[in-house]
Amino acid sequence: MLEVRDIHSYYGKSHILHGVSMTLQEGEMVCLLGRNGVGKSTTLKSIMGMVRPRSGSIRFQGRELIGLQPYQVARLGVGIVPEERRIFGSLTVEENLLIGKKNALDGGDGAQAWTLERVYQVFPRLHERRTNKGRHLSGGEQQMLTVARTLMGNPRLILVDEPTEGLAPLIVQDVLHMLAQVRRSGVTVLMVEQNFKAAVQVADRFYVMGKGQIVFEGDVDALLAADEVRKTYLEV
Amino acid sequence: MTQFAVFVLHGLAYAGLLFLVSSGLTLVFGMMNVLNFAHAAFYMLGAYFSYSILQWSGNFWLSMLLCPLILFVIGALVERFLLRRVHQHGHLHELLLTFGLAYIITEGVKWIWGNYSLAVSLDGFLTGQVSLLGITYPVYRLFIIGCAVAVGTAMSYVFYRTRVGIIVRAAVDDHEMVNALGINVPLVFMLVFAVGAALSGFAGVIAGPLLTTYPGMAAEILVDAFVVIVVGGFGSLGGALLASLIIGQLQAFGVLLVPKLSLALIYLLMAVVLVVKPSGLFGEEA
Repeated sequence: MLEVRDIHSYYGKSHILHGVSMTLQEGEMVCLLGRNGVGKSTTLKSIMGMVRPRSGSIRFQGRELIGLQPYQVARLGVGIVPEERRIFGSLTVEENLLIGKKNALDGGDGAQAWTLERVYQVFPRLHERRTNKGRHLSGGEQQMLTVARTLMGNPRLILVDEPTEGLAPLIVQDVLHMLAQVRRSGVTVLMVEQNFKAAVQVADRFYVMGKGQIVFEGDVDALLAADEVRKTYLEV
Repeated sequence: MTQFAVFVLHGLAYAGLLFLVSSGLTLVFGMMNVLNFAHAAFYMLGAYFSYSILQWSGNFWLSMLLCPLILFVIGALVERFLLRRVHQHGHLHELLLTFGLAYIITEGVKWIWGNYSLAVSLDGFLTGQVSLLGITYPVYRLFIIGCAVAVGTAMSYVFYRTRVGIIVRAAVDDHEMVNALGINVPLVFMLVFAVGAALSGFAGVIAGPLLTTYPGMAAEILVDAFVVIVVGGFGSLGGALLASLIIGQLQAFGVLLVPKLSLALIYLLMAVVLVVKPSGLFGEEA
C-alpha cells in the first residue's frame, strides 16, 4: 500500500534523511523506532508532504506522493496524527472534529466510515466535552481528539507520531488500546514511538532508525533477538 | 445630553468604517502572518472607484455593489500572483511587497484622479437629516452604522456558524495542520485575502461621502486600523469589533473633551493594552 524508496529530506540546509526506504502492506500496524532526532518524525512528514524530499519516491496505492501538498495527500487517504497533537485550541472539541471531515473514499465500507456519531460512540469522553475549547482538554483527551480528528477524514493509512509521549502509564494503555481498535477497523497504521515497551504490545512489524537511515527491519521475535540493534539504537 | 448622543453616534459611524477595514487585515495577519500595508490602499481604491462609478452612472447603490466585487478580484490576484510567490522568502519580503504595493497604488491614484481631494456628492434620502428624540442627525451616518451592523452580523454568522468559519478560525490557530487535514489552505488564504480587500473596498465606498476622498486617505486609516488589530488581538474578529468600538468612541469624545490630546489618545490606549495584555484584548496567550 505504501512504498517509500530512498528518500532524502532536509530541514533548511541540514540533511535529515539519508535514503530511507520502507514498505507497508494494507492492514498492517508498523512501528518506527529510534532515538530522538534520528529522523522518525521527518519520515512521517515527508510522506504527508509537510517536508518535501529532494530525491527518492513515495508511492501510496500506486500514486507518487512527492510534490503533492499535504491537503492533496490527505485527500488520497493518508492522515497524520502529529507529535505535538496540534489541537486547535480556540475551537471546540466538536469543531476540531468537523475540520477534517471527509466522506469515505472508494473502497471504504459504509458501515465502517467515521462520522461524528461513530467517533462519539467510540470516544464517549469526547462527547461529554464536545462544547469545551480544545485548549482546556487534558493530555490524554487531547491525544484522543487528535486521533479522532484525523479519523474523521476516513484515511486508509494513518501516520501516528509519538502517541504516548508525556502521558501517564494508565493513559498510555488507553491510547494503545485505541490505536489497536483503529487498526482493527481496517486502517493501516504507521506509528513512531520511543517507548519500546508500548510499541511491542501492538505492532506487527518494526523498523529501527539511526541517523537518518533504516538500520533494522523485522517482527517482534527478530527485534527481541537482535540484541546488538537494541543496544546501539534503542536502549539508553 | 443631546450632544452626548450625537458624539456616541459619530463614534459608532467611525467604528463601523474601522471594523470593515480592520476585520480583513486581522484575519490575514492571524492566518498568514502578513501585515498587509496595502490593505488601506484597497480602501482608498474603493473610494476612488466609487467616485468614478458615480460620475458615470450617478447610482450610489451600483458602486456599493461593484466596488467590493472589483476589490475582491484585485485582492485575489495580489495574493495569488504576488504574495504567494514571495512567501517562501519570509516575512520581510512579504512586508516589503505590500509596502511597495501601497506606494504604487497611491501614486497610481494621484496619476489617474489627481493629487487633490474629490467631493463625492450624493442625492436622495441619504443626504437628509432625521429627528429622533430631539436630536437631528444626518441620515448618512446612520446608514453607515446600519451597513456595518449588517456586514458584521453576516460575518459573525459565517465565522461562528458555518464550516467555512471553522476552517478559517482553525487556520488562524495552525494553518499547516489544517492543510494536513485535507483542506486546500492556499485557496483559503486567497479567498480570505480577497474578502478582506472587498470589505475594505466597501468601507472606502461608504467613507467617500463622509470623509474626504484624497490620496492620503489610505495612510490616514491605516494607522487606526493597525491600532485596532493590536488592541483587539491579532487574528480575532471579536477583538477587532470591540477595539473598533472603543477607538470610535475615543476619537469622537477625544475631540469633544480633550481636543489637544485627541490624536494621542488611541496610542495611549494601545500602550496601556500592550502593557496589561500584550496579546491584545481577545488575543491568544502565546
